[in-house]
Amino acid sequence: MASVAIDTAHPPRRGIPIARLVLFALLGLFALVYLLPFFIMVITSLKSLDEIRTGNLLSLPRDPTLQPWIEAWGKACIGVTCEGINGYFWNSVRMAVPAVTLSTLIGALNGYVVTKWRFPGADLIFALILFGCFIPFQIVLIPMARVLGLIGLASSTSGLILVHVIYGLCFTTLYFRNFYMAFPDELVKAAMIDGAGFFKIFFRILLPNSLPIIVVTVIWQFTNIWNDFLFGASFTGGGSQPITVALNNLVNSSTGVKEYNVHMAAAIIAALPTLAVYVLAGRYFVRGLMAGAVKG
Amino acid sequence: MVSVPFTAPAVRQKSARMRLQEWLPRIVLAPTFLITVIFVYGFMVWTGYLSLSASRMMPSYEFVGLEQYGRLWTNPRWYVAIKNLAIFAILYIGFATVMGLALAIMLDQKIRAEGALRTIYLYPMAISFIVTGTAWKWMLNPGLGIQKLVQDWGWTGFTFDWLVNPDMAIYTIVIAGVWQSSGFVMAMFLAGLRGVDGEIIKAASIDGATLPKIYWRIIIPIMRPVFLTAFVVLAHLAIKSFDLVVALTGGGPGYATELPATFMYASTFSRNQMGIGAASAVMMLMTVAAIMVPYLYSEIRGGRRHG
Repeated sequence: MASVAIDTAHPPRRGIPIARLVLFALLGLFALVYLLPFFIMVITSLKSLDEIRTGNLLSLPRDPTLQPWIEAWGKACIGVTCEGINGYFWNSVRMAVPAVTLSTLIGALNGYVVTKWRFPGADLIFALILFGCFIPFQIVLIPMARVLGLIGLASSTSGLILVHVIYGLCFTTLYFRNFYMAFPDELVKAAMIDGAGFFKIFFRILLPNSLPIIVVTVIWQFTNIWNDFLFGASFTGGGSQPITVALNNLVNSSTGVKEYNVHMAAAIIAALPTLAVYVLAGRYFVRGLMAGAVKG
Repeated sequence: MVSVPFTAPAVRQKSARMRLQEWLPRIVLAPTFLITVIFVYGFMVWTGYLSLSASRMMPSYEFVGLEQYGRLWTNPRWYVAIKNLAIFAILYIGFATVMGLALAIMLDQKIRAEGALRTIYLYPMAISFIVTGTAWKWMLNPGLGIQKLVQDWGWTGFTFDWLVNPDMAIYTIVIAGVWQSSGFVMAMFLAGLRGVDGEIIKAASIDGATLPKIYWRIIIPIMRPVFLTAFVVLAHLAIKSFDLVVALTGGGPGYATELPATFMYASTFSRNQMGIGAASAVMMLMTVAAIMVPYLYSEIRGGRRHG
């Protein structure tokens, strides 16, 4: 028994021990459990409503149709308008792109300052910024709604961009700070002696070497902002809603017949951008998750 | 003689430039500092004050002391929310940790397809909770979902109606939450396992320790910091849980799956009880702070000690 168990820690030399078969079976089973919900979403989105009623969760579409996708994109009713989710999809794009760009750029400069140009009090300022990452956003909802109203940005994409930049800064600052901590001070000092200034050092020396952390930060920010629901639901209404809010309205407040196939197609559309980023750059996605969880 | 008046302004000019260089870092950091002071700490104070005011539909600044807290703590919905949070947090943190650890240990056995399996276990983390909620709502709906599937397979008496059963609905949120987050916990533990010194394991196995014993007695104790991090991250996610409940159950049936986050939102934006909403937000902040402040403090101090 002992020797079989030990074998699992090493590549098998002769045959495949039973323990290893069990291991593979378990890993496969879990993989199935994780994939199943997405698989079910996809097959449901390709069925007609009749087929959904007569078949079951796992039955493959007998007569696959793209009609639910066409409806979800361009015809489904959200609230009183029946123009599909495409407008809300573009709202999310218009919100995420500027918010990600701005928060990443400012975060890079902040990280540069708190690691390479430390001044008295910089540590305290960083600690204050850092705690902002972890507040439950419920504590800022009411004041934020008031402020957005006062400055005329209530129910607008610009207002949401502002909110996401503000509450994304602590994460972007944290990421760049951790990355620049490991960047050799000697290079910065040598450039200073050569007469390079604050911005020249940043743009010529640090930024060109920051590609990995830029990718991590952009992915983290994009995933968070695209998937946000709380801010979108609290600060937007009607036509300016992001896609997560529109999806929830489509699924939870549609009157009459529940069009499950259309709901599933809309849900996949809402998930596609972040899923694509994950599949294409999963390594960086994981690194971002870890950096957000393990500070140093 | 000529060179003196020539260099003097140059020196003065350079010192002005240097002074600017000295102030530039502060100028660059200033906007973020101001934003944090206003939009994080200022807003905390603002919400804190509203929780002591008579605010209902609109903010009011009439001071009423702790009246809203009194109303909050005598509100049966708030008790349901607190009780649900306790159930959800314990089960969610527990299952996600156990499953994440089990997956990480299994993947650590030099599996050939490790990369692909890791990708599969972690992909739910990239998806919005609204999408997760929509998918699970469809699978858990008794009419056409898993219940019907199993009945079609021949077990005609099978029932699985947790989604619409007020006593069981909170557990559907646990299921979907664990599905979404356990891959993330796996990634944390896997990174921790990869950091364990191989020599220790070799030495123990030469001494005749079995693999389960090596994991239980040596590796898992070494990974205590990873457990702490996983706990903090999951606890934080649990307290903030909002989207998943909204998409999966809408807080229902009735208010059976109310959590503090949905309670706060509903009080503030749909029940015209902004004061109570603010009070519940303050309670949430205090809970998160009780977990995060000691953790961040020890992380920052620990980081300094090692660095």
